[in-house]
Amino acid sequence: MKGVYKVLLVALIVAAVLSPFASSSPDGLEKVAEDLGFLHKGEGEPVLTAPVPDYAMPGVKNESVATAAAGIVGTLLTFGAGYGLAKLVKRKKSETN
Amino acid sequence: MHIPDGFLDAKTWISAAVLSAGAIGYSVKKSREELDDKQVPKLGIMAAFIFAAQMINFPIAGGTSGHLLGSAMATILLGPWNACLVISTVLFIQCLAFQDGGLTALGGNIFNMAVVGVITALIIYKMLSKIFKSSGGRNVSIFLASWLSVFVASLMATVELSISGTVPFAVAFPAMAGWHTLIGIGEGLITVVVVNFVEKTGFVDEKTEMKVG
Repeated sequence: MKGVYKVLLVALIVAAVLSPFASSSPDGLEKVAEDLGFLHKGEGEPVLTAPVPDYAMPGVKNESVATAAAGIVGTLLTFGAGYGLAKLVKRKKSETN
Repeated sequence: MHIPDGFLDAKTWISAAVLSAGAIGYSVKKSREELDDKQVPKLGIMAAFIFAAQMINFPIAGGTSGHLLGSAMATILLGPWNACLVISTVLFIQCLAFQDGGLTALGGNIFNMAVVGVITALIIYKMLSKIFKSSGGRNVSIFLASWLSVFVASLMATVELSISGTVPFAVAFPAMAGWHTLIGIGEGLITVVVVNFVEKTGFVDEKTEMKVG
């Protein structure tokens, strides 16, 4: 069982150490939207304002640190959400059976 | 290929949201049949890993980047039902906390990556696993399943954009297909490396590994 948490550790290292080095070029869809002239359609006000837009922790001046912090928080948050969802799905099983 | 708000019209995003909700509901039902205590943390760990990996955009060509989707990775390591839940979790967090992918496009993004990407990976991986039986051959299956899951998911995104009247299919298709052919190579390489690494940690047991055949 313990070994599987190595994967979580690697995820945290990737999020913290590699994320500041990620390419900031547009991704495939963004590039196509740019080239074909429909990018503006997606540039209005977002329907929901997220707490950490663009993977940069607000209030952190250093760009790399802001990205790394957002990466760590996001990875832990996603772990919690995935774990919680799986627990919920499993609990339903014991209730229904 | 996270679609932002504004690219999909109401009929398209509502339809996609309904389809995705149905797929998640069905995945919950199927996953419940086999989920045990040992597996519960693995869903969280897989989701966390894919979230982290998706942050790492790699440059491809012409000032464009790509990042892992993880549909094939989750499908191969945890089976399709858990994979749908894992990828959906990642997309929810990205949308709600990081504004990556619009709220109105969330259903579409889940449909493309957590449903179409997973189904594509599942079909191709199962099919190829019957042909390539050696461990080297298995890596070929993993690579091709990953590559095609990205390609087909991007094709589905293109269909949604064209139904929405955002861009004609014939105009967007060559561009989307071109970039995602390249991004898919990255997806394939990363997935082969990660699946082999993750299996060494004891992550996969008989119950969680996707059954082939």
